[in-house]
Parts: sequence; structure tokens; C-alpha cells
Amino acid sequence: MLGYFVRRVWTMIWTLAVVSVLVFIIVNLPPGDILSNQIAQLRASGEAASVARAEFLMREFALDRPMWQQYLIWVGFWPGPHGFSGLLQGDLGWSFELNRPVSAIVGEALWLTLALNFFTVLFVYLVALPLGAVAAVKANSWIDYLATFIGYVGLATPNFLLALILYHYGAHWFGLPVGGMMSADFLDKPLSLAKLGDILLHLIVPVIVIGTAGMAGMVRRLRANLLDELGKPYVTTALAKGSPSGRAVVRYPLRMALNPFVADIGNLLPSLVSGSVLVSLVMGLQTIGPILLSALRSQDYFLSGFILMFVSLLTLVGMLISDLLLAWLDPRIRYSGRAR
Amino acid sequence: MSDRPDPRDRSAHYVSPEPYDPDEALQRTDRPDLDAPARVLIWRRFRQNRLALISGAYLLAIYLALPFVGFFATHHPAERNAEALFMPPQAVHFFRAGHLAVTYPMTATLDMETFTPVYVADMNDPQPVRFFTRCGRPHRVMFLFQTDLRLVCPPERADLHILGTDRLGRDIHSRIVHGAQLSLTVGLIGVAISFAIGMVLGGLAGYFGGLVDNAVQRAIEIIRSLPELPIWLALSAAIPPAWGPVAVFFMISAILGLLDWPGLARAVRSKFLALREEEYVRAAELMGASSGRIIGRHMMPNFTSHLVASATLSIPSMILGETALSLLGLGLRPPAVSWGLMLNDALDLTAVEVYPWLLLPMLPVFMVVLAFSFFGDGLRDALDPYS
Repeated sequence: MLGYFVRRVWTMIWTLAVVSVLVFIIVNLPPGDILSNQIAQLRASGEAASVARAEFLMREFALDRPMWQQYLIWVGFWPGPHGFSGLLQGDLGWSFELNRPVSAIVGEALWLTLALNFFTVLFVYLVALPLGAVAAVKANSWIDYLATFIGYVGLATPNFLLALILYHYGAHWFGLPVGGMMSADFLDKPLSLAKLGDILLHLIVPVIVIGTAGMAGMVRRLRANLLDELGKPYVTTALAKGSPSGRAVVRYPLRMALNPFVADIGNLLPSLVSGSVLVSLVMGLQTIGPILLSALRSQDYFLSGFILMFVSLLTLVGMLISDLLLAWLDPRIRYSGRAR
Repeated sequence: MSDRPDPRDRSAHYVSPEPYDPDEALQRTDRPDLDAPARVLIWRRFRQNRLALISGAYLLAIYLALPFVGFFATHHPAERNAEALFMPPQAVHFFRAGHLAVTYPMTATLDMETFTPVYVADMNDPQPVRFFTRCGRPHRVMFLFQTDLRLVCPPERADLHILGTDRLGRDIHSRIVHGAQLSLTVGLIGVAISFAIGMVLGGLAGYFGGLVDNAVQRAIEIIRSLPELPIWLALSAAIPPAWGPVAVFFMISAILGLLDWPGLARAVRSKFLALREEEYVRAAELMGASSGRIIGRHMMPNFTSHLVASATLSIPSMILGETALSLLGLGLRPPAVSWGLMLNDALDLTAVEVYPWLLLPMLPVFMVVLAFSFFGDGLRDALDPYS
């Protein structure tokens, strides 16, 4: 297990390194970012003080260096104007548009994003597991058709529309709060029990909206896997020997069908994170979604670069956890690497 | 010589005069219903899935109609009706006042409490809807010539906004119909790009194996672990603002395709690995066929159909992707018309509350995505006719 763990973490680290290169390239793609515009303006003014300031900004953000050095400084592998201070050292950079350090801008949003995605994953698993199992055991019954129906609705309805509709009816029928991550009273307040409860209440609709599509896919796959297992002779044997039908399903077939279910998080997470960004944008949740969009619009590349790195890290860590869980569940995976 | 053997001759026995072919038993097929070319079998199988069949016919119909959208629209998509801002879907009455269909002139008053326009129909003045006539601004047919011939035209002294109007008084039905052109083709172009990348990379990985295989596999893993939407957003934000709508449209399609290829590449690779071991490939090799011929003539026909099915299944996510990008203002740009851009107006709760018809572009998105899913599922199931 330890060997597998080390191998898996190593894979994640170099994947993250490649992703950081990709992200750096992507955020630097647009010609003319906000900083170069500022510098060009300062230069164009022609005043000695402005030109000096432009030079200072160039040096301060290492724009006078080649691209690959800029990248290494950003990550923290190369000494920048202030020594080693990049993502690795915890220096997230500077937002030129808001003129504040990136860490100050994203601070709380990071936690709310984490919470949103965590609860969504929890929701997906908690609903998909029983629903998929029941759909398989009672195949072609109304509950099976209901699961299929929810699946197609989740597949075909764009997230944001589902969000609008659910907010509308949630507010009408259950008095659920509309939009945002917390009530206005709690903004900028320290974390307390009341605030936590308020956030949880606000999370209900977004979690359902983001999770529905992924959950539908999970239910379908669990149902298919479990149906395969239920047809096998050992289940018949168990039933013939008189074991209660609930136990004959849960003890062995469900456990067998569970592996692909856990492994599925690799497919699920990227789409969940995507979904959470979109839904946050539409519903005005204070996650990193809206910050990302405004940073991309104004080409504030330290900010957008960090957020892209963060969402990628989120999916990679999620996949790591799912792989470790899977290895713990299924010894075949733990030992597979050794033969090579 | 008679047929019947002489009953007294004990050694004689009956021999049927029917023609006898000693190989007949070998040549007879066990399942006569499977004795047909593969495409006939696939079609037979596909036909049985009603839902997939209907979805396929629906998709075929709307794609064939794309060059003629202007004919089916009642207005030009950019035509503003300043008298009818935020007009709700208008009732069309059939078989009234001696006409096939009539509408009534609407007068708008502003509700001073909610500041929303209220429309009242003048029921004493039925106006006949015109069919198959010329009206409005000309539209382009088949990208070739312009005409103002339309299937349905509004009456001369009344409006015809069957799905209502938007904030600027533009006809929603006409905009949905025109938006189909971009919204539906974006997926096709995106899939074509992802198909090309997936085929080449997956084929290289499967055929050469070793280092190439490893590199492609790692690339697949990395791309698959990226959250799509943020990367799409970042890439679309990099499109220069000065570009024209057509260039932006192609860039968006390319961006949607760029992140989609790993699934296809993986399928191609595994098919390559599996088929390489097949006996007919060995036979072709022994007969001296070049690798190009083996891949092109013997391996490709065996898995292209599968790839087409899985490509069909990835079109919906691209259509939804375009919708999301345009919705957030980083996708297609006005004056282009697409379903996502139309929904941009409906981005807040007021839309659901006060102007719910602004959400109507959702309906075609929903239907097309579902149709592609059903069609793709049916196609995938039908492609294995021998199971």
C-alpha cells in the first residue's frame, strides 16, 4: 500500500507540473495583458517619472526576462526580483486590476469553493448509491424509470437553467434562500455556528444543481454493474441457501459493483468543478467562479493563473483520493504495479 | 429403370433422384437472419429502437433545414419592433373571421407599479396571417442568394410574435430559428477537430506502442483531469476582441474540440491494440500488405463505426459548452445569433419571474441534446449486430 501511495503521489506531482506549464501558457496567450497596457501607457506619457515607474514595474514582475524564466519565477523554482517567491513558497502573485495580493482576493472564496465541491460529491454519492442499487434490484420498475428520467433531465438541461428553476420553486415552496453563499448579515463576519448553518442552507440548491448530471451518470453505471453481478450464479446460490434477499444483494454483488463506482470520481470531478464554476457565475455564489471570469476578462493573469491552478489541483487531489480508496478496496490494483 | 427398387432385391436401396450437393450442410447459415451485409444488419437493428429512429429523423430534418432557416422565420433576427418590447408569446387564432389564422393588434401600456409592459389585444380587429409571401428584410438562402420569401408572414396591420419578443423587441422565434445555424454547427466542427486529433494520436499510440504510447497516454490523463469549463473560458478569453464573428465562431469550435479528444484517442488506441492481434491482420501481414493498407483497409472499417457513435455522443456536451460560453459573454459575440447568446438575456431571476419566455431557447437545446443522446445510444447498440 505504501509503495502504491508513493507512486500515485509522484504521478500527481508531475501531472501538476505539466498542468502548471499549460496554465501559464494559456493565461499568457492573449496579446497585451493589463500590466503591459499600464506600462505602455506610462511609457507613452513620456515623463521621466512615468518611464522610471514603467521600468520599475517591468523589473518588479520580471517582464524583462524570457518566458521560461517568468514561468519558473511564477512557480517558485527560480529567484525572482524578491528571491524565491512563487506559488510553491505561498506567494500567489499580485492582481493588477484590483491592486491587491491575489491571496487577499481569493481567501474566503477558496474555502467556499472547497465546501461547495465537497458537499456536491457527498450528495452525488449519498443519492446515487441507494438509487442505483434500488434501480438495479427492481429493474424496470417505476423507480428504475424515475432514475433514468432524472438522468436524462440532468444530462440535457444546462446547469444554470436548472438553478434558476430550482431557486424559483425552492423559494416559493420551501422558503429556501435565493442566490449567494450566505445571508448579507454574515458577510465579512468571522465563522460561527450560525454562519455555518446559513451557508449550509444556501448550499442546498447549488449542490443539487451541480450534482444532478453527475449523479445521473453514476446511477446508470452502478445499475448496469449491479445488474451484471446479480445475474451471476453465486447470487442464485446465496438465495437458494435461504439468505435474506437484502443480504444476498448487499454482501457480495454490491461490493463488487462498488469498485467502478468509486473509480468514477475521476470522470465526475472535472465536470463537477466545471459545473460549480458555471453555477457560481450564474447564481452569484462567492466562490472563485466569478473571480475567475472577471480576471479572464481583464486579463489579470496572476489571478486567473492561480485560480486555474487551484481548480486543477482540486480535481487532481480528488482523483488521488479516489485512487487510494480504490486501492484500499481492491487489492488487485494495489499489487498491479509490482509486476512491471 | 424405375425409381422404386425391386422389392425382391435385398441389396438394393432407395436413392432419391433429387440433386444432391455434399457441401450444402456446410454452406447453410445457422442464422439466415444474419446473412446480410453488415450495414443491412445495423439498419435492421437500429430500426427496432424507436426512440433512436425518431431522434435520428428529427436531427436529419433540422440539419437539412439549416440552410433555409430564413424561410421558416417570420422576421429577420436583427429586426427590432420598438412597439413590442418584452411582448409575451402572442396567441394565434385559427379559423376565425373567414381566415386560416388570425392575430389581433396589440397595444402596450406600461404598468406603473411593476414597470413592465402589459399587452392588450384588440379583439374586434382580426388580421389574417399571411402564408408563403414576401415580407421583412431579405434573408440569405444556402449562403448563395437573398430573398424575402417566407413561409409565414405577420399580418399587415398586426404583429406576429409567436414566441414573444426580447428586450429590444426582436422576435424570439425567428432568433431561435436563426440561432440554430451556429449552435448546431459548432458541435459538428468541434467534433470533427476532436475526431482528427483523437484518430491521429490514438492511432500513433496504438500502432507504435512504447514511448509514443506512453506519451499519448500521459497526455490523455492530463487533459482528462482538467476541469473543462475554466479552461474553455481561459482559452476563449484569449481570442482577440477585434476578430469578426466568423473567425470567433471557428475558434470557439476549435476550443471545444481541443479538450474533447482524449476519450476518442483512448477508444482508437484500445481498438488498435485489440485488432492488431486479429488473425485477418496477421494474414494480411503475411501476404505482404503495407502497414498503410492494413490500417486503412482492414483495421479502420472495423472501428470507424464505433468512433462515429461515440463522437455522436460527444456533440451534446459541445452544444452545451457553446451555450455556456456565450451565456457568460466569452463565446460567440453579437451580432451573431446563437441560443447561448439569447440566453445571456435570461441570466437572472427576473427572467423566470417576469419574462419566462426569454428562457424558450432552452427548449431547442434540451431537445437537440436529448436527440443526440438517444441517437448515439441507439447507434452504439446497433453497431454490434452479431451480438
